[in-house]
Formats: sequence, structure tokens, C-alpha cells
Amino acid sequence: MKKKRQLNRINWKWNLFFGIILGIFAIVFVAPVLLIVIVSFSSTNSINEVGYNFFPVEWSMEGYYYTFKMGSQLVYSYLVTIVNSALGTVLGLIVMSMYAYVICQKRFWLERGLTWFLFFTMLFGGGLVPSYILNVRYYHLKDTFWILLLAGILNAYWVIILRTFIKTSIPEALFDSARIDGAGHFTIFFRIVCPLFKAGLGTIGLFSFVARWNDWFTGMLYIENNKLVPLQTLLTQLQNNVDYLKANSRIASTPGGMEMLKNLPGTNLRMACTVLAVAPLLFAYPFFQRYFVQGLTVGSIKE
Amino acid sequence: MENLSFQVSGSADLDKKERMEDGVKKQKQKSMTRRFKREDIPLYLMALPGVVILILFSYLPMGGLVLAFKKYNVQKGIFGSPFNGFDNFKFLFATSDALVITRNTVLYNIVFIFLNMAIAVVLSLMLSSLGSKKTAKTFQTIYMMPYFLSWAVVAIIVTAFLERSNGFVNYVLQLLGQEGGIDWYQRTSIWPPLLVFINAWKGVGYQAVMYLAVISGISSDYYEAAMLDGASRFQQAIYITIPHLRFIIAVSLIMAMGGIFRGDFGLFYTVTKDSGPLYPVTNIIDTYIYRGLKSQVNIGMTTAAGLFQSAVGFVFVLLANRIVSKVDPDSAMF
Repeated sequence: MKKKRQLNRINWKWNLFFGIILGIFAIVFVAPVLLIVIVSFSSTNSINEVGYNFFPVEWSMEGYYYTFKMGSQLVYSYLVTIVNSALGTVLGLIVMSMYAYVICQKRFWLERGLTWFLFFTMLFGGGLVPSYILNVRYYHLKDTFWILLLAGILNAYWVIILRTFIKTSIPEALFDSARIDGAGHFTIFFRIVCPLFKAGLGTIGLFSFVARWNDWFTGMLYIENNKLVPLQTLLTQLQNNVDYLKANSRIASTPGGMEMLKNLPGTNLRMACTVLAVAPLLFAYPFFQRYFVQGLTVGSIKE
Repeated sequence: MENLSFQVSGSADLDKKERMEDGVKKQKQKSMTRRFKREDIPLYLMALPGVVILILFSYLPMGGLVLAFKKYNVQKGIFGSPFNGFDNFKFLFATSDALVITRNTVLYNIVFIFLNMAIAVVLSLMLSSLGSKKTAKTFQTIYMMPYFLSWAVVAIIVTAFLERSNGFVNYVLQLLGQEGGIDWYQRTSIWPPLLVFINAWKGVGYQAVMYLAVISGISSDYYEAAMLDGASRFQQAIYITIPHLRFIIAVSLIMAMGGIFRGDFGLFYTVTKDSGPLYPVTNIIDTYIYRGLKSQVNIGMTTAAGLFQSAVGFVFVLLANRIVSKVDPDSAMF
């Protein structure tokens, strides 16, 4: 009895200590994001005076007001990102889960072959240059919505996770009895497999959605048409443009140039756009976190 | 070779049994072999989209690697351009670039892998021993947040701190009476530790949550037995929790070792704003290839760099997997 109490007392002290350390970490993780949010609500005057500061001297909605002025560009980018994330995720899920189902079929003679056909792409790849040349020159995907949609539509790692989900959540006897009852593979897949491994589909769907939402690279590499620029690519462009204007001495040296630079909306506009780009995911993810964790563990654990 | 595909799937115990049964079945099947069956037609159809995508976006680019042995001619394309043997590789390794980018890529990755893992293990141990589960959940949610930000966003966050005229760091320096107005994007010395920090900031929480999920799956019987034997909290962590994490750590290590020649493009390109003066410490294989592709000057040599990256990376995955399968066969990927 005495011993137990002692253990508890040690725990209490360590508990506090751990709590403080973990709390410091939490601040380190949150503070930088908070700074962006605060700056997006700071006025241009405040930024000129105290810079990007956690304690602005003047609050304002200017940044968001400018985003409205930016008008159609932001709307296009939002649309491109939403459609790409949603449509790409659905298409990807269909392609990947069908493939995962096929490489679960022990009786199918190509099962091993197809597994390796998939798995090998995780070990070796052609890399950026051949892919770029093929996509641009041979598939003619440059500056099309298709390149955004097709890039990363099949992720080998996710297919392996889906396969693990199918294997662990659906007993093989179920397949057998369905086949004895005369069900074909399509019936089994859509009527039995899909409803039973909703958790797997949900997890990979989330992975895919987030990856697509956050993809700025594909846009940077392939998209020139302003109407097709995804949100995240737009952010990198905004940043570069503002930097360019600031660095360009010719503008600064003209009369009124300094004034113009000072009042450049870029500073808080950029932060406002960033907040708008990030907000949907950050608000949604605490609700979906559970599925994420599930996917992470299924992916790395053989169960 | 036969057994390999099963290990990929992942269920070690189940598979061993099935493998044996399957071996018997396979032999029977082979003797009365008729591989194509009508009832399998749906399976071909279901695999078809995936196979087509893999061919178009994975296997044909692999074929495109022949460019590494060619002098690329824009008019003639990948397959029409003339071969030039190993010239591209000679040029690549004649410059100091090859050494610098390889060194940068590998060294950064080694630091990233081990530092992140250490921090994540410590964080997950602390989180798991926290008294209030609700607090632990909240921390968990906060720690994972940076994982959901793209590098484009992280780059903007970093700018907010480091920008010359408005950045928070310079502002604080001025408040402290130090010289302000430092252009951090020109200072090479700060970037190696800074990149390590930013990378940890973005990835550690996700890894910690992954480990935490494993820890919470450990049966409480172990801990109760240990408590009865008078084991302290630390002893419990060292003798129960960490051995249980061994598996997931081994797997993440293999994955990471396989990718040791693959740098994080977003981190090294966007976050550093592609700043020229920083190249000696920020140029990695991936940024080198990207810039080579953009400049279009020597596509053959750039492809050679890509082939070098893929090939050495491939050897590393195989090696890492082999090491792990010797140490702990159950943890191996294949």
C-alpha cells in the first residue's frame, strides 16, 4: 500500500514535469501558425511599424479585403483545388481499391505478378526528367487540368495499405461463400468488399485529399494558364511576386516608388491568402484525426 | 523469390500458414494448368486502370532513363536522340556539384532521420505517461498540425520570421539593441541547423502520434506485472514500451534509408526561396535536377543525376531490408 502511494507521488511530479515540457512543444508547434493568422489581421501601417509581429499595433481586415479585390484569380484557384482534391480522390480510390482487391485474390494466377508490378514502383522510379518529358511531349498534359488530376492518382503505398485493410477486415470464407452462391468478382467487390472496408477507404481518401489539397509542385511544374493554377501554387507565386517587386530597385528609385512599395498590399494579402488556403484543412482535421492515425498504424504494422 | 510477395502484404503469421497451403495448391494447379479462366475476366478489368497508370507514369519514365546515356535533342525526343555512352556521367562527376549535392542530401537525411526519431520517441513516451488522457489528446492534435501544412505554406511562415524588412527575428534583434536588417536568406551559416529545425517541426508530431498509437496498443498486463515486481516508470518505459516500439522503428528506418538519396524538394527549394547564395548548403540532388530541367541546358546530364539517385536509392532499400531481415525477420518489408 505504501509502495503504491510512493509510485503515485513520483508520477504526480513527473506528470507535471512532462506536462510542462509537452506544453512548451505545443507552443513551438502552434506559435508560427498563429503568427500568420495574426499578421493576416494586421493593418499595413502596423506591418510598416512593427513588422510581422505577434502584437500588432493596429488590427484590420485589409488583407482579406484585398483578397476580394484580387477577385477571380482566387476563385479560380479555389475551384481548381477543390475539384482536383475531390474528383482526384474519388477516381484514385476507385482505381486503387480495385487493384488492391485483385492482389488479394490468392487463386488468381497473376496475383504475385501484379503485386510485384506495383511494389517495384516503390523501390525504383524514373524520376523527374523522364516523367516531365513524357508528360509534356508525348502525353501533351502540360497546362491541362488532367495533369493535376492524374499526377499521383495511384500511390503504391496506399494500395498496399488498402490491401492490408481488405485482408484484415474481410474473412476469406466470405469470398468463398459468395462465389459458391454464384456472385462474380464485380458483385463481390461492390456489394461485399466496399461496404465492409469503409474505414480503409475513408483513411486513404483523407490521405489523398490532403495530399492533393497541399500539392503545389505539380502546378508549379506544369501549369501556366492562370485559370488552372491551384491554390498552393498560387501561394508560392504570390510570395515570389512580392519578393520580386521589393527587390526590384527600379521601382523603388522612381518618385513615389518608395511610397508604392510601402503600401504594397502584398504583405498582409499574402498572409490572408495563406490563411484562406490552410483554414479548411486545419478546421477539419481534428475531426478526421482518428482515421489518419488508423491509417498510419495499419500502413506500418503487419497485423 | 516465391515467398517475397507475401511478405509485402503484411500479415506475417497468417501468411506463413497460407504460404504452405498455397505451395501445395500451386503444385496441383500447375499440373492441371489452365491459367486463363472465364470467371477471372472481371479481375483483369479491375486491375486494368491501375496497370495502365503504372505503365504510363511509372514504367515508361523508367524507360525514359535511357536519356542518361544520350545527347538529348529536343526535336528528336527521348527515343530518337543519339547515344553518347557514359559522357553524361563523366560530365556530372567531373564537376564538384555531384559531390556537394550527394553530401548535402545524405547528411541532411541522416540527421533528419535520427533526430526526428529520437524526439518523436521521447514525445510519445511522455504523452503516453501523461495522467490526463484528455490533455494528451489535445497535445496530440496540436503536434500533428504542421503535418497538414504544405511546404508552400511553411515557406511563408518562415518568411514571416526571417524577412529582412518586416521579419519578426530582425524586429526582436532591434529591440534588443542588436544590428537589425540582416538578410537571413544570404547567411549560409544559419541554414543547416534551421533546415533541421523546420523539418523536425513539420514531421515530428506525426511520427510521435504514430508511435503513440503503437504504445496505446500494448496490453496493460505487462505494466501491471512490472508494477507488482516494483519496476519504476522508467524501467517500464525501457523494458516494456521501447521493445514494443522496436518493430515500427525498424520499419520506419528501412523506409527512411531507402529514401536517403531522395531529398525533400519543398524544404530545400521553397523554404529557402531558391536563394542563390545559400546553394552550397541547400543544393540537394532533387533541387539540382529541378534546376537542370528548368534551364534545359543539359537534359542528358540531369537525367544521369536522376538515374544515379534512383539506382543508389534502390541499392540502399535492398541493403536496409536485408539488414533488418537478418536482425528481425518479421520486420522486413519483403
